[in-house]
Amino acid sequence: MRFQSNDSYIVTPELALAVNAAVTLQKPLLIKGEPGTGKTELAKALAAALDTDLLQWHIKSTTKAQQGLYEYDAVSRLRDSQLGDARVHDIANYIKPGKLWQAFTASKRPVLLIDEIDKADIEFPNDLLHELDQMAFDVYETGQTVRAEQRPVVIITSNNEKELPDAFLRRCFFHYIRFPDADALERIVDVHLPGLSKQLLSEALQSFFGLRELPALKKKPSTSELIDWLRLLLAEQVTPEQLKQSRETGGLMPLFGALLKNEQDVALVEKLLFMAKRAR
Amino acid sequence: MFSGFFLTVRRHGVKVSITEYLDLLRAVQQQLVFADLEQFYQLARLCWVKNETDYDKFDRACSEYFDGVEQLDLVSAIPDDWLTPGLLRQLSDEDKAALKSLGGLEALLNAFRERLAEQQGRHAGGNKWIGTGGSSPFGAYGFHPEGIRVGQQGSGARRAVKVWDQREFQRLSSDEVLNNRSLQLALRQLRRFARSGAASELDLNDTISATSKQGGLLDLRYQRERHNAVKLLLLFDIGGSMDDYIHECRQLFNAVRAEFKHLEFFYFHNCVYETLWRDEKRRPQDAVATNQVLHTYGHDYKLIFVGDATMGPYEISYPGGSVEHFNTEAGEVWLKRLLAQFPQAVWLNPQPEDWWSHYASIGQINKLCNGRMFGLTLDGLASAINQLKLKN
Repeated sequence: MRFQSNDSYIVTPELALAVNAAVTLQKPLLIKGEPGTGKTELAKALAAALDTDLLQWHIKSTTKAQQGLYEYDAVSRLRDSQLGDARVHDIANYIKPGKLWQAFTASKRPVLLIDEIDKADIEFPNDLLHELDQMAFDVYETGQTVRAEQRPVVIITSNNEKELPDAFLRRCFFHYIRFPDADALERIVDVHLPGLSKQLLSEALQSFFGLRELPALKKKPSTSELIDWLRLLLAEQVTPEQLKQSRETGGLMPLFGALLKNEQDVALVEKLLFMAKRAR
Repeated sequence: MFSGFFLTVRRHGVKVSITEYLDLLRAVQQQLVFADLEQFYQLARLCWVKNETDYDKFDRACSEYFDGVEQLDLVSAIPDDWLTPGLLRQLSDEDKAALKSLGGLEALLNAFRERLAEQQGRHAGGNKWIGTGGSSPFGAYGFHPEGIRVGQQGSGARRAVKVWDQREFQRLSSDEVLNNRSLQLALRQLRRFARSGAASELDLNDTISATSKQGGLLDLRYQRERHNAVKLLLLFDIGGSMDDYIHECRQLFNAVRAEFKHLEFFYFHNCVYETLWRDEKRRPQDAVATNQVLHTYGHDYKLIFVGDATMGPYEISYPGGSVEHFNTEAGEVWLKRLLAQFPQAVWLNPQPEDWWSHYASIGQINKLCNGRMFGLTLDGLASAINQLKLKN
């Protein structure tokens, strides 16, 4: 199977190669890139392309590596013992498999998404080294070993909030998703909003790239924001002429709230546009 | 197979391990790419480079290896001190006009290589050798209509044909490759946990006593989870003599930012006065009154100054001593106010500790801080953190 662009997700040849290498060589693929460039979507598209299940493990600051393997619910066992429940004699009744366990034992080779691994504690990646490398772990309570019959396709995303340890990086392939250029962006928009008028798109892209070039923005608008914005433009039936006019008169673009997520950014853009207009 | 390539990449400072080398061989064996140099480049990068900040180094390695020529690494081939802009010569217009071009780029590059081989030491001024502020076509901060800039911002010899020669990741690479894990681990010592949020954790002690009270019937008690509650206020000295220590400061800053939720930072220049800045550019619109900072953040914030404290003594002790503006109150008045508002405070100084005694101002500041000045090293940071953990 060769992973490639389809009617719902556009991949660059570089990214396709990265994914194919990870699938073939059975190594985890670490994906970085600006927020909103489709890192999480990639896993979904890949699962759809492989026609298999997608297991999503969303990492939070409180997530522990152990939770991905299994959890032993000692409290409910204690409670059951008080009530004289027969289940209490088998400890396996109180072991809940985590996402990694599910991925290891799935009947068809699944895609496992470990989303935003940098959100977790700094030691988190180290705790998963052996599990991701050998694709096996022990359940201490029952003495059983869970081993992957077929190694799942592991996609890991990171937003660069924390640095990942070298030992962890060595075990992964790494790909950095670059922000798409105008052509690629048009193809992406086409996938999401087929039938958008060319004129509106080109006006919108012009405003959008102008915005991205401003140096001091706290959060640059990315692909997902562009798509949301275009959707809004369509819903509100904003015409290309209106967009053009707003750019020429130096006002904020219509429905800017979809692109700028921060009141300081809005103020900044407003000020810059005003100054640009005065300069003209 | 590819061992020469492997060694080239390693020589360019990308830390590739044997495991990763074998990975690439395996990938090639699986015929993921076939007889396509550009795809091979992408595959090798996928297997070997684990950080986008290293992409540029990798590109340079490829360029050297595949072009078959030892491409001069302009930045590392020349000692840095040749290129410091110490001698920025002011050329007259006639001088500039007198300079004429030396022919095309290729000729210039070749001449550069020859001259680099000829030259033995640092050079500044003059009109032939590679150095700073001269009118030779090679070097930095000089004038020559068709010169090669070396070690200055912007790239010199770029022959953009192949993918790696486009060096699109140069920008990322300038973002400082930081290894701040050790700093982060040191900073963890500073964490203070407090319970907040929903009660979701089993409180064992309370459960045992409650169960005993019930005569053995299980009575589960929960408590709220612990979260890091430490609050930090960072004041960075920026500009001037601090330029030498930007790297250390960035590292510290990145480490702190990743580790703490309640974190505020401001910038100042040399000494704190009535104004602080939100941004390192210290533009007027980012200015914040120091009084406002004093009133916004509570006593529970821990204050960390980062600065080299190297300045004229009058900048600290006299009104009007600031190098930038007329300050009506002396720097030490403001420093004392800050220290009174935030009793848990330390000063981190990136200057090597051996030099401290040579600057009167460092002693002054250290005295104002009650001796709570520490070097910006891992050891210094550890002592500073111990100091911050003490209850005042």
